[in-house]
Amino acid sequence: MGLAGRAARADGERMEWRDQGFVLNMRRHGESAAILEVFTPSRGRHAGVVPGGASRKFAATLQPGAQVDLHWRARLEDHLGSFRVEPLRSRAAQAMGDRLSLSGLNAVCALLSFCLPEREAHEALYRRSETLLDLLGDADLWPLAYMRWELALLEEMGFGLDLTACAVTGSNDHLAYISPRTGRAVTSMGAGEWVDRLLPLPQVLLGRGDAPDTEVLEALRVLGHFLGNHMAPALAHKPLPEARERFVAAFARRVAQEGVR
Amino acid sequence: MIGARPVSSTSEIETLIEMMARLPGLGPRSARRAVLHLIRKRALLLAPLADQMARVAASARECLNCGNVGTAEICPICADEARANGEICVVEDVADLWAMERSGQFKGRYHVLGGTLSALDSVGPEDLSIPRLMDRVESEGVTEVILALNATVDGQTTAHYIADQLEGRVRLSSLAQGVPIGGELDYLDDGTITAALRARKAL
Repeated sequence: MGLAGRAARADGERMEWRDQGFVLNMRRHGESAAILEVFTPSRGRHAGVVPGGASRKFAATLQPGAQVDLHWRARLEDHLGSFRVEPLRSRAAQAMGDRLSLSGLNAVCALLSFCLPEREAHEALYRRSETLLDLLGDADLWPLAYMRWELALLEEMGFGLDLTACAVTGSNDHLAYISPRTGRAVTSMGAGEWVDRLLPLPQVLLGRGDAPDTEVLEALRVLGHFLGNHMAPALAHKPLPEARERFVAAFARRVAQEGVR
Repeated sequence: MIGARPVSSTSEIETLIEMMARLPGLGPRSARRAVLHLIRKRALLLAPLADQMARVAASARECLNCGNVGTAEICPICADEARANGEICVVEDVADLWAMERSGQFKGRYHVLGGTLSALDSVGPEDLSIPRLMDRVESEGVTEVILALNATVDGQTTAHYIADQLEGRVRLSSLAQGVPIGGELDYLDDGTITAALRARKAL
């Protein structure tokens, strides 16, 4: 072993850690191993090799959303390293039977994988994400909780919306629009001749009203604008993951069906 | 000399070992053992195997209808009129089709998707044979589509996608999920137990 390797090992703590997290995705690596990407409270989005991870034994454990206990080891800090994984709680089974839950689970994991920088802690976002995933299967609450989570995601990534007061008048009454460029709220009076260029501001985004599904859907479309036109271009112009669009489409379908009933 | 490269007269054998080592389930060591076994039984095993492999290499192809592998343009399952019973079983790949056939329970036809939707690997509906499935539903008088996709997030996402596309056109069903035959509850993961409990049946 070279000196660098020895020095690195002497600095033990940084080459080995243990934490809990949930699985974002897994891809096969060679014949039997897998590269696992997880979201943890203290290490953020982190990847590592799971020896034997592509085997049937791990198939249920390494599904997206699964809560796992992780033990990561590497010779040097910037190495990919390897995980020892123990299952704590599976979430996929809860979601699989319901297309909205399943598409929601996919959207959460895909968006986190898409926008989080590697190995950077986002503990508050982790807690929100964990709470959101625990609500999977609660079809009534899930879309609203997901919408609030996306709002928090934008905030955490530095693209938060400012919905406290009107950008033009300073008033916080009758906020009805949102600027697609600045993400700031605008009142009906403040909108003036710019009204056609502004996005509607669903009251559910302000935390007001009964949060009907139609408003939640409208809010998701507004948030989609900021995710797709502000956050995604900042991430090397990558398009938003399709999983998010599929979730919104599945939710729109449900809203339409409920409207028919 | 120990550890030296093999002499040139054995290079073809080394190449064969290297090629065998690329097969799933084999590594350099097991490939070496297999090749040695073949060489020892070359008349009985190696020559017929080489002949058969050459024949299959020349004739193997995917069925134009369902995506199964065979040696004709249309596989025996699609060519069998008795299996045109209005049921199509959708599977992820040919290995799944073979697994279904082993059970001997399904008497209809199959459709091999060639993978599952995956945001991570940028696999979209157009990368799978989903449009072909839609055509078959129309042209073959299909009454039921059985979605026999893997019980994984990607597998079930694909199943829901196909279900959305076919909703209202045919009867849709999927395989049940739960305790496998011979399974002991103590050894099952919580997800499987949850699925089994949800799909419990009256006795």
